[in-house]
Amino acid sequence: MTPVQTEVPQRRGTPQDSDGTPVVSVRKLWKVFGPKAERVPDSEELCGLTRRELMDRTGCTAAVRDVNFEVSRGEVFVVMGLSGSGKSTLVRCLTRLIEPTAGEVVFEGEDIRGADHKRLRELRRRKFSMVFQHFGLLPHRRVLDNVSFGLEIRGMSKAERTKRAMEVVELVGLAGYENSYPDQLSGGMQQRVGLARALAGDPDVLFFDEPFSALDPLIRRDMQNEVIRLHHEVGKTMVFITHDLSEALKLGDRILIMRDGKMVQCGTGDELVGAPADDYVREFVKDVPRGDVLTLRWIMRPAEPDDALDGPELGPDVVVKEATRAVLAADKPVKVVENGKLLGIVGDEEILAVVAGQEGDM
Amino acid sequence: MTVAMEKPEKTKTAERAEPAEGVRRVSRGMVVAAILVVWLVLFAVLRGKQTLSLAAADLTDLHRWLNDVNDSVGANRNSNPLFLYFFNEIRLVIDNLVTFVQSLISQPTGARPVPQIGWLGVVGVAGFVSWAVGNWRVALLAVAGFTFMGLQGLWQESMDTLALTLSAVFVALLFAIPLGVWAGLSDRFNRIMTPFLDFMQTMPTFVYLAPLTLIFLIGGASATIATVIYAAPPAIRITAHAIRSVPETTVEAAESLGATRRQSLLKVLLPMSKRTVVMGVNQTIMAALAMVTIAALIDAPGLGKTVIQALQSLDVGTAFNAGLAIVIMAIVLDRVTTAASGREEAARRSGSRFLTWRRPLLGAGAVVTAVLIYMSHTYVWAAEFPGEGDIGSSIARAADTATTWTQDSLSGLTTAFRDAISTGLLNPFQSLLTESPWWLVGAALIGLGAVLGGWRAGATAAVCVGLLLATGVWSDSMTTLASTMVATIMVMALGIVFGVWMGRSMLVDRLLRPTLDAAQVMPPFVYLVPFLALFGATRFTAIVAAVVYAAPVAMKIIADGVRNVPAATVEAATSAGCNTWQIITKVQLPMARSALTLATNQGLIYVLSMVVVGGLVGAGALGYDVVAGFSQGQLYGKGLAAGLAIVLLGVMFDRITQAAARRTSA
Repeated sequence: MTPVQTEVPQRRGTPQDSDGTPVVSVRKLWKVFGPKAERVPDSEELCGLTRRELMDRTGCTAAVRDVNFEVSRGEVFVVMGLSGSGKSTLVRCLTRLIEPTAGEVVFEGEDIRGADHKRLRELRRRKFSMVFQHFGLLPHRRVLDNVSFGLEIRGMSKAERTKRAMEVVELVGLAGYENSYPDQLSGGMQQRVGLARALAGDPDVLFFDEPFSALDPLIRRDMQNEVIRLHHEVGKTMVFITHDLSEALKLGDRILIMRDGKMVQCGTGDELVGAPADDYVREFVKDVPRGDVLTLRWIMRPAEPDDALDGPELGPDVVVKEATRAVLAADKPVKVVENGKLLGIVGDEEILAVVAGQEGDM
Repeated sequence: MTVAMEKPEKTKTAERAEPAEGVRRVSRGMVVAAILVVWLVLFAVLRGKQTLSLAAADLTDLHRWLNDVNDSVGANRNSNPLFLYFFNEIRLVIDNLVTFVQSLISQPTGARPVPQIGWLGVVGVAGFVSWAVGNWRVALLAVAGFTFMGLQGLWQESMDTLALTLSAVFVALLFAIPLGVWAGLSDRFNRIMTPFLDFMQTMPTFVYLAPLTLIFLIGGASATIATVIYAAPPAIRITAHAIRSVPETTVEAAESLGATRRQSLLKVLLPMSKRTVVMGVNQTIMAALAMVTIAALIDAPGLGKTVIQALQSLDVGTAFNAGLAIVIMAIVLDRVTTAASGREEAARRSGSRFLTWRRPLLGAGAVVTAVLIYMSHTYVWAAEFPGEGDIGSSIARAADTATTWTQDSLSGLTTAFRDAISTGLLNPFQSLLTESPWWLVGAALIGLGAVLGGWRAGATAAVCVGLLLATGVWSDSMTTLASTMVATIMVMALGIVFGVWMGRSMLVDRLLRPTLDAAQVMPPFVYLVPFLALFGATRFTAIVAAVVYAAPVAMKIIADGVRNVPAATVEAATSAGCNTWQIITKVQLPMARSALTLATNQGLIYVLSMVVVGGLVGAGALGYDVVAGFSQGQLYGKGLAAGLAIVLLGVMFDRITQAAARRTSA
């Protein structure tokens, strides 16, 4: 099962880095827990074993196995998997909260695994920050002091860090609560504090470790919208861990699906739904409303000679749901055109197949 | 007061998961019965032979040798380099500390006929500190409590006790908190510390006293050091626990923000564990107070001494008065430290309105306190507590009257109860243990240990029996063992009745638990006084005091065990038509079996730790040997050996019951 990696199409006007170098690139990353863990990635034979066999043979657990991906500047990159798939370990390896066993984690051209303690601390203080599932707030400090905690650790003066913290508190919509204590806030508000704390240091990359799993569904939706809003406003690169596919599809520019520590597929949401790499992914995306995710590119067919080619035009990246009305209203099939070139056509039948869930053999 | 915290069952090692478990248990019960039958038969035949009894004034070679060691240590105290440069230095430092604190609040120094700070200053400081760390309610309590001790005519004694307690707590925390933080941070250090702490906490308190007097002489320094040893473990444990229970995410979050280890410790771990650490400080203070009163046995000044002297002359009134002062001090210290641990949260809840005023108010309070201290330093009326302690003498008189009344009017009842227990339980046990040949009892103990707790417990029992023989106080040990057994049986009976009741009813639990908590906080001496009034100076008084001391622990453990039985199981039994009695005997008690064994273990240890206290009121045997050893030079060695024998009994039963508990829970 080789992971399928597809090119990144531009969606939602994601700002691409001018020089195109990725902010984070991960190569052949391994994390093995257990005695003499370092021998596992090196050995061809041990690499081939399943988790269970590896456990029986060596007493080691491979939480992350040979993971490769790159995250561009300004991108929201989602790592998705069920519990035990190694996604939380993966994100901790990226900041070395857990020490990786093998592989490279290159951040802005620097291999983080080579950084000494001082450099690593410096990176954590300035360059990346993390939002945790269970918030990790300090109960003995007010909201404002929690938010400015990272700045305090850097040694910023009190006046300066209070000013900065106030800005961020307002940014995440907590104005008026800055003097409350965390246990006086609801779960969603506490996570806003966590978010503000992560934003306060103005990092280049934000890591989210299942930040909304502990929240109830309505609050979760609010917080997801909050993240989307913040992403528009501050444009940070984000690496987002979740076990919730709809969250992944909602937030992610690209999604990496993990299973048993391995990457199964990495691509945009419509790629996962339109072209699942294997049965595991297919099973996963089965219940996704396809019309919400797939674009016309995925359902168009080549123009046949007898097709009328004078219908309306639409771009290939228009989501099916948004094109439905236009296609059904037109008497002729809709042309899918990109840069003046005819890619294919979409008729009522194709649309209805998706919307009515008829599309059988993908 | 030996075990401040109940130890949870640590490892549930599955010994052997045999399918024939039921068969095994039956056969184990039969083996136990067989051992007992054989013992009884041989007892009937061999009664009174080879009992190794030793008269009160008789000594063995070991005792004489220990006396010699004592003498030679005394003679070489100032020439042996180990003493000269190590032990004597420690004693000097501790002595200076204690003398300094005493000169501040309790003892006159130099040309001054009164301490540096008189009663007014002390009461002021007590109130101010209680208010600053706690709230105004506990401050009032502290002021009232301290004033009352003065009115009892026990000001100086109370201040001596307080001075010793504070010095010991200071030294204990000086070591305990860093060690606790270390144990909280490092798994390896924690693993090293745990067995030491276990040992320190299961050892009966008096055991420290004798060897300590050998090294540090009788007096305040030894008392303080013994108290430090006794009071430090809870603080170490609780601090380590507090550090460990800081949520991992929070530490990780700090780390992800680039905090150094030092920053994580100072800004995250310590502030977040502060509340729990203060609870540890509370435990340390309570343990220290209990030990300081007991340390009166080695001539520590204070209220404990008053109690002991009164007990020895059977002056119930005076003992009661001083005991009451100890209880008041315990209550004040307990409430103040408990309030201190909750203060910040309480302040946070009440809103920030007061917080802005807090600083200026504290400043004003400090000024007032300083004025009070100055006045108590300068004016005689503020230095010496006024009055003759009339309230104290009225309390003593009232206690005496009450005692006489109970003795006159209830003596029929109490004597009947006492005699029933004595002839029904105590005497048979005692004669079985003391009048059997030593080898028979020893073999029976080893056999029972092996059957109940496995071969390892049997081996421990064998070693302990051997060492008990070597101490030369075999017969006394057996007498003590008999009373201990009887007391433990009574503890378990009370524990099961009240524990099940508490476990089944939340209401009863809520009503009883505060009383039990309070009973555990009291220094053990205090228990003796009312029972001395009721039952006179007999071994029975000691047993009842031990039962009252140990029963709360057993009740709590059993109540928790019963409560932990899954509600679904009880519901299933109810739906199957069980009545209440059947649910208790067939579901709840069997499922709480490991709690029952743990309760037996703790009950035994607690009872044993009261043996020496019992020695003060006529329990005889080992308790008397230890007490006599402190007071009479030629009995020093025997007292030391008797203290050792108490430890051996404790270790033996601790190991057997713990092994049995592991078995039942496996």
